[in-house]
Parts: sequence; structure tokens; C-alpha cells
Amino acid sequence: MPAAAFGLLPFAVYVLLFLALPTLIAVGTGFIGNDGGFTLDTVAALGDPVVLAAFGSSIWLSALTAIIGAVVGALVCYALLGARPDGALRSTVDSLSSVIAQFGGAMLAFAFTATIGIQGMVTLLLQERLGIDIFADGVWLYELPGLVLPYIYFQVPLMIITFMPALASLKSTWAEANATLGGSTRTYWLRIGLPVLAPSFLGGLLLLFANAFSSYATAATLTSQGAQIVPLQIRSALTSETMLGRENLAGALALGMILVMTVVMFGYSKLASRAARWQR
Amino acid sequence: MTAGLRSVRGVAHAPGRLTRLLILGGVGLVFAVPILAMIEFTLRRGLVGGYDFQRWIELFQNGLTGEYAPVLVALGNSVGLAVGTVVIVLVLLVPTMLLVHIRFPRLRRTLEIVCILPISIPAIVLVVGLAPVFSVLARFAGSGVWTLAFAYGITVLPFAYRAIHANLDGVDVRTLSEAARTLGAGWASVLVRVLVPNLRRGILAGAFIAVAVVLGEFTIASLLSRVNLQTALVVVSKNDPYSAVILSLLALFAAFLLLLAIGRLGTERRRPARTPTTLTPTTPTSGGDQS
Repeated sequence: MPAAAFGLLPFAVYVLLFLALPTLIAVGTGFIGNDGGFTLDTVAALGDPVVLAAFGSSIWLSALTAIIGAVVGALVCYALLGARPDGALRSTVDSLSSVIAQFGGAMLAFAFTATIGIQGMVTLLLQERLGIDIFADGVWLYELPGLVLPYIYFQVPLMIITFMPALASLKSTWAEANATLGGSTRTYWLRIGLPVLAPSFLGGLLLLFANAFSSYATAATLTSQGAQIVPLQIRSALTSETMLGRENLAGALALGMILVMTVVMFGYSKLASRAARWQR
Repeated sequence: MTAGLRSVRGVAHAPGRLTRLLILGGVGLVFAVPILAMIEFTLRRGLVGGYDFQRWIELFQNGLTGEYAPVLVALGNSVGLAVGTVVIVLVLLVPTMLLVHIRFPRLRRTLEIVCILPISIPAIVLVVGLAPVFSVLARFAGSGVWTLAFAYGITVLPFAYRAIHANLDGVDVRTLSEAARTLGAGWASVLVRVLVPNLRRGILAGAFIAVAVVLGEFTIASLLSRVNLQTALVVVSKNDPYSAVILSLLALFAAFLLLLAIGRLGTERRRPARTPTTLTPTTPTSGGDQS
């Protein structure tokens, strides 16, 4: 036995060096002061109004796009319910969803600049045909509100990928049992469908929240100045060394992000194990 | 499309034809707008107005040399990184998963937690800690782009783990390896000649997903100042947004084809799983759906 245990060593070393160590450094540097000693000063920066506002914006943006993404994504899954799982429709939707959910990043910034940028297709169409100027109160695409549409664009596909297996696991025997007992489509959804799906839906909602909260590429490409959300604050903390007069602020911000993510992912794992009961 | 629509009707929980058409059509239309806008954007004829294919033609005529050469270099970097990441998955993750599965079943839960963990650590957080690690690494391995593969191996861990795990559940690895051992095979040949061929679908799916994730990665490369496809596209977009959008469209299309291939791989699993040549237990589809 012990000889075989050496086989686990390479992977263990790899994970320690490139996952455990960076995470510890990221979280730990928040406790190291300008002089190199232990301090709570930097972590106290999490209470700074600028930082708090960024966390507020990040949470607002993530919650809003998670809710819209989850509802729209669930509707699409519902619409796909009758389609054959290996049919052309399902596999096209699946692949498109994966591309947008995982590949979007910087490209979504280009896409939305081409759509609702100052010279964007939709901006010009609205202006020329309907006389509506979407930027009448100033150009909002490169600020916080501008992130909402691109974020929804990658949230919906992620919901489709995560929620489809749950919806597909609804057994037709349940619908038949419901019909045999005299239930209507309405009672089927209210008494069977929705209660069974609730944990999966809420789990998907939390996963979407985590996804938006940790997303960086789209925001970084779209907004080249300013730091309205936490990932962008980490960028400025990393690139400009001192922000708010503190070194290692990136570490403190990272710690704050990890705390939020831990709460969200804990909730997700609880809901996921509840949801798994019906997916056997 | 019609092939998919013609199926389980009459089941109480499936939506009616009209409802389905309205939802899919509506969402599909809204999601098509940004893609159409990108295409429209690349066809514009500047101040003159009107549309033509000039920018596409120009890009392909001069694209392979001159000012777009950096994008080609970056594409090369990204492909190299994708290969490196797949190698990490094959050399580090696959043998470890098999070893834990066969010899240390008690560690299965631990391995799963470790492999899924990167989902809850945002790349932007990881990069804060990776910066010092990479500056140490640069001292004895250099600061070449390829070193990023070590970071990407971690990023793709959850995806690769899930794909391989789904396959591993449906194959009786223990019996297979014991049978091979009884017949006199060494561990190396058990691994290469018995286990890997049986798990090829899961491993292939994991590798494809790893490639897709690496080709789309921006955060880590950008903040560690390395050049990959995504960071190069952003640089191009600053001077020449038209070419950046054309290249993005091509990349999106290529990624779509790649993922369509993965999808095909997943559905193929269902049919041959029942043939007697693979030692699959009675429920061949149970593991595949959640991946």
C-alpha cells in the first residue's frame, strides 16, 4: 500500500503549489502591513466607503443578472422539455450555451460595443428610426449599468447548462400519476414539478450569482477606467501598487471576495445535494 | 430543428408547440442581436455608408503577415497552452483519479472537493496569489508563456474532473484492473492498455473542455502580463476594432464547432455502451447526464 501512495504525490504537490499556496497568499497578504509585520489595518480597508461601494455594486450587479438569467434560462429549459436530448435542437442550444458561457469574456465587450455602443447597430437604429437616444443622459455603456446586458448574456446560457439536467429528470410517470389521480396540468406544476425543481432552481441562481461576482474579463475590457466592481478594484490595486494609501489591498479585497464566495458556494452545495435526491 | 421538435407530445409537463416557439424564438432573437451587430459592424464602409466585404478580404489578404502577426503568435501561444493544460490533465489528474478509485476509495470525497474547489475561487483572486508564485517560478523555469499552463491546469480542474468522473462511474475499473493483473499485466500496461481505452470518452470530453476554457481565458494571462489569444484581441481592438471583431467572430465560430463535437461525443456514449465488448454495468446513461 505505501508504495502506491507515492503515486498520489505528484498531483498533491501540484495542487499545493498552484491552488493551495496562491489562495493562502492571496488571502494572507491582506494581513501583512506596509512594514512586513502582521496587521489588521489592510483588512480594515474593507470598511472603507469606496471598497464597500464596490462590494455593494458587485453584489447588486450579480444578484440582478442572476435573477434575470435564472428566470430566462429556466424558461428556455422548459421550452426544450419535449425536444429529443440527442436531437439537433438540443445539441445546438447546448453547444451555443457552452460557447457563450465559457468563451464570452472579452468578446462580449466587443459584441455589446457593436450593438449598443455610441456607433452601435441598435443605438443607430433607435436614433434614426424612432428618434430615441439611449445615451440622452450620458454614455452608460462603459459604467456599471452597461455591464447588466453583457452579464445577462452570459448568465442565461449558464442557467440553461446547469438547469437542463434537473428539468430533464422530471419523470413522465409523475405526470401520469397526477393525471390518473385527477390532477390538472396546474396541480402537476404546483404540487409536483415546482417543489421538485425548487432546490435545483435556487442552486442555479446561486451558481449564477457566483459566476457574475467572480467575472472579470467582460468588465475589464468594457471599462478601461474606474473600478466600480470588486474585480476591477483588485486590478487597480495590483497594477498601481498603492490605493487608499495601503499596500496589499489586493489581498484584503481577495479575502472579501473569498468570504462572499464561501457563503454562496456553501449554500449551493447544500441545495445541490438536496436536488440530487430526485435525479437518480 | 424539426427533428428535435417532433417527439414526446401529450406528456403533461411538456410545453405546447406555440409556447415553445414563442419562448425559443423570442430568446433566440434577442440573443442573435449582438452577434448580428458584430457582423454588421465588420461590413460597414466607414464614412461613405453602405456595406461590403472589404475588411474581411483585407484581413485575409494581409492577415498572415505584417500588422496582425502578433495575433497569430498569440493564437500559437494559446494553442500551446491548451496542449500543455491537456498534458497536465492527462499526466497528473487521470492517473490520480484512477489510483484513488482503485486503491484509496476513502480519499474519493477529498479528491472531489479539491477538484471542484477552483469553481469557488475566482480567477481574479487566484491571480493575486499566483503573481508571487510565478515570480519565484520565473527564477528557475523562466517567464515563458508556457508556464501559464500550470495555472490553467487548476482552472480546468473542475470541468475535467466532472467529465472524467461521469465516465469512471459507468466502468467497473476495479474488476478490469484486477483481471488484467491476474493475466500478468504490470501497472503501467493496466493503465495504458486497459483503463485509458475504457475511459477514452470521458478523457476526450475533459480534454476538449480544457481546450475551450484555455482558448477563452483572459484574466490570468492579462494580469500576469502574458500574451494569449484573448489579450491579443483586446490589444488589436484598441487600434483596429474591425479586425478584432472579425477575429472574435471566427474564434466564436471555431469554439462553437469544438463544443458541438464534445456534445456529439456525449450522445454517442449512450448507444455503444450496451455492446458486450465494454464491461459496462447495467445503467450506462446514469453518469453521463450530469456532466
